[in-house]
Amino acid sequence: MDKKEWPLWEIFIRSKSGLSHKHAGSLHAADAEMAIENARDVYTRRNEGVSIWVVKSSEVIASDPEQEYMFESAKNKIYRHPTFYDIPEEVGHM
Amino acid sequence: MDNHNNIHSLEMKFQSKIDAEVKIEPKDWMPEAYRKTLIRQISQHAHSEIVGMLPEGNWILRAPSLRRKVALLAKVQDEAGHGLYLYSAAETLGISREELFEQLITGKAKYSSIFNYPTLSWADIGAVGWLVDGAAIMNQVMLTRTSYGPYARAMVRICKEESFHQRQGYEILISLSRGTEEQKKMLQDAVDRWWWPALMMFGPNDSASTHSEQSLKWKIKRKSNDELRQDFIDATVLQANYLGVKLPDPNLKWNEERGHYDFGDINWEEFWAVVNGNGPCNKLRLKARKKAQEEGAWVREAAMAHAEKRAKRKAEKVA
Ligand SMILES: [Fe+2]
Ligand SMILES: [Fe+2]
Repeated sequence: MDKKEWPLWEIFIRSKSGLSHKHAGSLHAADAEMAIENARDVYTRRNEGVSIWVVKSSEVIASDPEQEYMFESAKNKIYRHPTFYDIPEEVGHM
Repeated sequence: MDNHNNIHSLEMKFQSKIDAEVKIEPKDWMPEAYRKTLIRQISQHAHSEIVGMLPEGNWILRAPSLRRKVALLAKVQDEAGHGLYLYSAAETLGISREELFEQLITGKAKYSSIFNYPTLSWADIGAVGWLVDGAAIMNQVMLTRTSYGPYARAMVRICKEESFHQRQGYEILISLSRGTEEQKKMLQDAVDRWWWPALMMFGPNDSASTHSEQSLKWKIKRKSNDELRQDFIDATVLQANYLGVKLPDPNLKWNEERGHYDFGDINWEEFWAVVNGNGPCNKLRLKARKKAQEEGAWVREAAMAHAEKRAKRKAEKVA
């Protein structure tokens, strides 16, 4: 097959105004406009969205899952969480 | 550490992730056999969704009312979507869409043998929704908890859409069950023909299933073929009673001790004959897929040409 194949797109859907776009899945389409049309047809058939983003899969840059140390340093920093601090109950909600 | 030891320690780490219910994602290290098993299973599943449109598509133009027609059309459209979600999940494992289509058309990859049976009457559309989608749901609900992330996410989406499929089928059968003698006969005839093939959808008995044990260990599957089949039977008998149909198994009866229904032997000879290409519609199904693939080629090329033209026009505007 020497014909060029349709590229792969990642689809992000905003389910309603006020919420972020969320990854819904991926699909093949000849270009961005057609990717949006296809995404409308497969990923919003039951009113799942009010807005669609499409991103060419080949343009997503991802972190390397082998480099686990990337997320190590946050693990032992429990003092970044509110529950780390002792506040007497009498003070009320803080 | 030599290479062999290295692989061994990667495998240990992999299994401990699985044991701890940590999902495996596309770029994570995984054993080659895990990857292969998943590609085989997910693509087989995708092909089933796509080929599964054929027996039902057969009745869209002959649906008895507009209500039935829009429902069937929406269901078949959903199945195309399911095929897409699953092909995409398979692609994350490093196989291309073209390769997957090729494997289907050449018969290298299988699809569920249930779709090699014909839909002879309108009652079959009801029976397919009730029994075939019903059996598929049993399997798919389990797979929402499968260990491979993209597969599990595809399943969550699919299961949300699937429940209407079974309900629309059952509703068709309720109408028939309240109809004329002829309609009741049609209903019973469809159930007689679909019951056993539906039970075969869960695959060979555990004792004869080659991939089962490893798949359970890797948590690709969470329940065995026989467990799922039993769950399906237990859930379905009551629904059959409500319809007033007789399930075509003289050995089907409640076993108080087991807390399950006992049932008769499955005709595995028939199962293997259909799997190996000798079911009533195997050739027809593959022919239809091949035709769609070939006759759709110009559409795919035209879309690509259109995209190129549009990109060029945009570039000229900017310049
Ligand atoms: Fe489906
Ligand atoms: Fe379905």
